[in-house]
Amino acid sequence: MSTSATTSAPGLPHTGRLTQMRIFRSEWTKLRSVRSTRWAFLTAVVFTIGIATLACAVVSHHWDQVSPQDRADFHPLDPNLAGLQLAQLALGVLGVLVITAEYSTGMIRASMTAVPRRLPVLWGKVVVYGLVTLALMLPATLIAFAIGEWIFSGRHIGVSFSDPGVARAVIGAALYVTVVGLFGLGLGAIVRNTAGGIASFAGLMFVLPPLMNVFPASWNDAASPYLPLAAGEAVMATTPANHLSPWVGLALFAGYAAAAIAIAAVLLVRRDT
Amino acid sequence: MIEVRDLSKRYGNTLAVDDLTFTVRPGVVTGFLGPNGSGKSTTIRLILGLDAPAAGDASVNGKQYRDHPAPLHEVGALLEARSVHPGRSAYNHLLALAQTHGISRRRVDDLIDLVGLQSVAHKRAGEFSLGMGQRLGIASALLGDPSTLILDEPVNGLDPEGIHWIRNLLKGLAAEGRTVFVSSHLMSEMALTAEQVIVIGRGRLITDIRVDEFVRQASGKVVHVRSPQAEKLRALLSRPGVGVNVDGDPSLLEVTGLTAAEVGDAANEAGIALHELTPQQASLEEAFMTLTREEVEYKTPA
Repeated sequence: MSTSATTSAPGLPHTGRLTQMRIFRSEWTKLRSVRSTRWAFLTAVVFTIGIATLACAVVSHHWDQVSPQDRADFHPLDPNLAGLQLAQLALGVLGVLVITAEYSTGMIRASMTAVPRRLPVLWGKVVVYGLVTLALMLPATLIAFAIGEWIFSGRHIGVSFSDPGVARAVIGAALYVTVVGLFGLGLGAIVRNTAGGIASFAGLMFVLPPLMNVFPASWNDAASPYLPLAAGEAVMATTPANHLSPWVGLALFAGYAAAAIAIAAVLLVRRDT
Repeated sequence: MIEVRDLSKRYGNTLAVDDLTFTVRPGVVTGFLGPNGSGKSTTIRLILGLDAPAAGDASVNGKQYRDHPAPLHEVGALLEARSVHPGRSAYNHLLALAQTHGISRRRVDDLIDLVGLQSVAHKRAGEFSLGMGQRLGIASALLGDPSTLILDEPVNGLDPEGIHWIRNLLKGLAAEGRTVFVSSHLMSEMALTAEQVIVIGRGRLITDIRVDEFVRQASGKVVHVRSPQAEKLRALLSRPGVGVNVDGDPSLLEVTGLTAAEVGDAANEAGIALHELTPQQASLEEAFMTLTREEVEYKTPA
């Protein structure tokens, strides 16, 4: 290091002004440059493909012992999509971290000094995290489906991608976990605290449904399909049950995520950083 | 140019910044001085729009900070609190900030060289020492080649070589015609770097003064008096507004609130012999403490 440096470095042409496009690029740099991102995405992809492969292999191997009743209830997409149960947890938690890590580390002050209007940072995170998640999870669900069908093909119990509802469930699964991640991001941006963000995400997604059992069955049955998890998972449904229709369910779930992000946006502008 | 007008900020029941008005001009280093907890960091956060003021406003280069289309080209800031993700490398931290304004990777490399972080640029910032963290903060402040710099306690955690480097850097930036606003709780540090100091205490402006004027006012406030009749002299001088201390040697008095001439005249009239009469240069730190004594929020019990 030179102690004689007394100027700010070579002069810089002031090309800059803030644009949303540039903030997307900045958010991409932030997302790819921390370890938690790599771990969470790796976990999500490996579980999606790995558990699907494992579950399909187990079913295929034991198919001879499966009772006729169970065979009738069986849908080949169920083992195929089993890994998403874990993937959604990793993606939801990463969604929370994408914003709360900025608060816990103080990075938010640097971010908001660079972008004092604040909202473009939130939009940047939503778009970049959403697109990256979808770009990884869509191939992951398609690969999981292809492997599962390849395993089932020997037993002639598989389905084709062109069968009714199959493409919808497989592609819908990738869309669903993407919305899960954005729901986590919205909640994290409201709470601004990692522990609180993960707790509210897990609470609304996974704790609320069993809690509904304290209500009379008729209330429970009426309200349950509208809860975030049930609404979102409707897009992957293989059997008609107490569900909203697939796309309505996913749209409602996306609405919850959008509402969380909208509340976060209002708070972001109003609160001190 | 930074203009702060009637700025106030309240946290709960505490008035952290209380009707503060001052202007920071380009071309000189301006110190922002006050005891810990006096509202310096809060004022800086208000200037940068990180916090919203309860009243008043702050503008930088004629506009509120948030209204500039390219804020990093207007103002570079180093905040006192750490503002780096410890899991991200110094290079990626600077790159992410640079990209918001379309600033090149080349500029990021140049700044890493300037602050002397070449060898650790791709290490996780969490592994940095306090001094390396400060250098990274200074690199991010200079990223946009801003005309105004706001640095909150920049010498914190730096070794003597780093402190020397910072002083020269700040003076050089001011000499280029930039506005350089530097907070510190050490008057001695400011005396070496700043030409102007804005002193606050409990969120209020105490003084806005040239450093050389402050030094001039600070000197000659204490008089050392040696007398064989020290006890008698002490009784003679003691009155409201005058302090007389004896420290160890009973024949030596330390008088505040009177000039050497006033002490000498009084002794003469009372027929008390003096063996020594010396006006003392109060240190800058003492002068600063005298100035802010009333305003220190967390005083150590004497």
